[in-house]
Amino acid sequence: MKRILMPALAIAGKDLYSEWKTKQVVTTMLIFSGLVIVTFSFAFDPSNQAVRALIPGMIWMITIFAGILGLNRSFVSEQRNDHIHGFIVAPIDPASIFLGKFIANFVFVAAVQMIAIPLLFVLFDFRALTGASILYLTGVVFLGTFGFITVGTFLAALSANSKSSEMLLPILLLPIATPIIIAAVQATKIVLIDLEAISGAMSWMQLIFVYDLLFFVAGLILFEYVLEV
Amino acid sequence: MIQSKNMIKTIGDKMILKGISLEIDGGESVAVLGPNGAGKSTWLKITAGLLKPTEGELFIAGKSFKKDHLNLKQLIGYLGHQSFLYDHYTPVENLTFFAKLYHLPDPGDKIHRLLDEVGLSFFKHEPVRSFSRGMIQRLAIARAILHDPEILLLDEPHTGLDQQAVQILNQVIQRKKKEGVTVVMATHDFPQVMSVCDRAVIIKAGRVKDDVSLQQKTADWLYDHYERQAVQ
Repeated sequence: MKRILMPALAIAGKDLYSEWKTKQVVTTMLIFSGLVIVTFSFAFDPSNQAVRALIPGMIWMITIFAGILGLNRSFVSEQRNDHIHGFIVAPIDPASIFLGKFIANFVFVAAVQMIAIPLLFVLFDFRALTGASILYLTGVVFLGTFGFITVGTFLAALSANSKSSEMLLPILLLPIATPIIIAAVQATKIVLIDLEAISGAMSWMQLIFVYDLLFFVAGLILFEYVLEV
Repeated sequence: MIQSKNMIKTIGDKMILKGISLEIDGGESVAVLGPNGAGKSTWLKITAGLLKPTEGELFIAGKSFKKDHLNLKQLIGYLGHQSFLYDHYTPVENLTFFAKLYHLPDPGDKIHRLLDEVGLSFFKHEPVRSFSRGMIQRLAIARAILHDPEILLLDEPHTGLDQQAVQILNQVIQRKKKEGVTVVMATHDFPQVMSVCDRAVIIKAGRVKDDVSLQQKTADWLYDHYERQAVQ
């Protein structure tokens, strides 16, 4: 386990430090998220109760599209000096590369969510949050993002060698991630709007958990074949 | 140290390697020569673990590379056409990252010593994007030998280097030879072959055409021999 985890942390640390230096990925994701929130807050009247039903969908729309911006760069940025070949010739398990990239992508998206979701609540004047709903929302967002980034990291590696990788990734990712998107939106809606029906949200969260587990394990095992030249 | 048994590599419809069988002993320094497209780089990439052979087997230090590739990769230092270095990182940051990938504990002193050796100690905190081709290649050499490999695989290492960088590279290779490191170098640079290697393997159209000792031979002899074997 240590043999997989230590190189994974090195790769994740490298990506996070690169981002700290260049500020390319998170800045782009934040600008996109901010634009979406501001545009929708002007398009719809926040004082209208029905508009609040948009919030769960908007949380996941921001996560998905901002996430795709980051995922696209995740492996394309490794092609510049054949960095990915540097990983392949190193004595590390291919699962480490997947895990390292997953951790970095997850941190990027989580950082954007930590800024964008509170901003969304403020601009849509959403005050119905309680301690319990914040806790459940954190759980749903964590599980949903985990699954989305798991599949996204795997497919980003797969599509990175294509000339049209920026177009290919969403085409591959969105159909496969649809179950998790539907489950995450439904669970978020219950948590934010109808907390009394929390058992319904728990069922959706169980579905997301199983999806996460299946795709995460599959990613770790199958990543070796993605790297094969 | 390296045993390549009947190695075949097919990419698409094209058979790049048509059964390369080669044995290289520990401590030998071998030049792999051949015209463009002969399969030198492909064979080197398979030996480094970058490509998988379509058929045939590779043994490193007596162990099957297919079965024990993770441990065997620790024995190999590979310098390819690309540097694998990150442009926005400094040399110290780049080498620190690769030290982690190669499981090196406390690489700090070693990194500074290596940067000294390749003549980059004054630039160790400058981003690599500001470096010339020669400086990048010197840093790539430091990356390849950072983990003290027992086998050094160099793919056209002298290409595009100035005289100073060539000297530094040759000094590093000579030092590694003295330490008993096996050096395999795919190249077209005959004078450098004569100054570094003890043996030359000529590959043509995916097959080993000739395998000669370079002891007491001159660059002219090698050039004539190569012309006869590989060009005609």
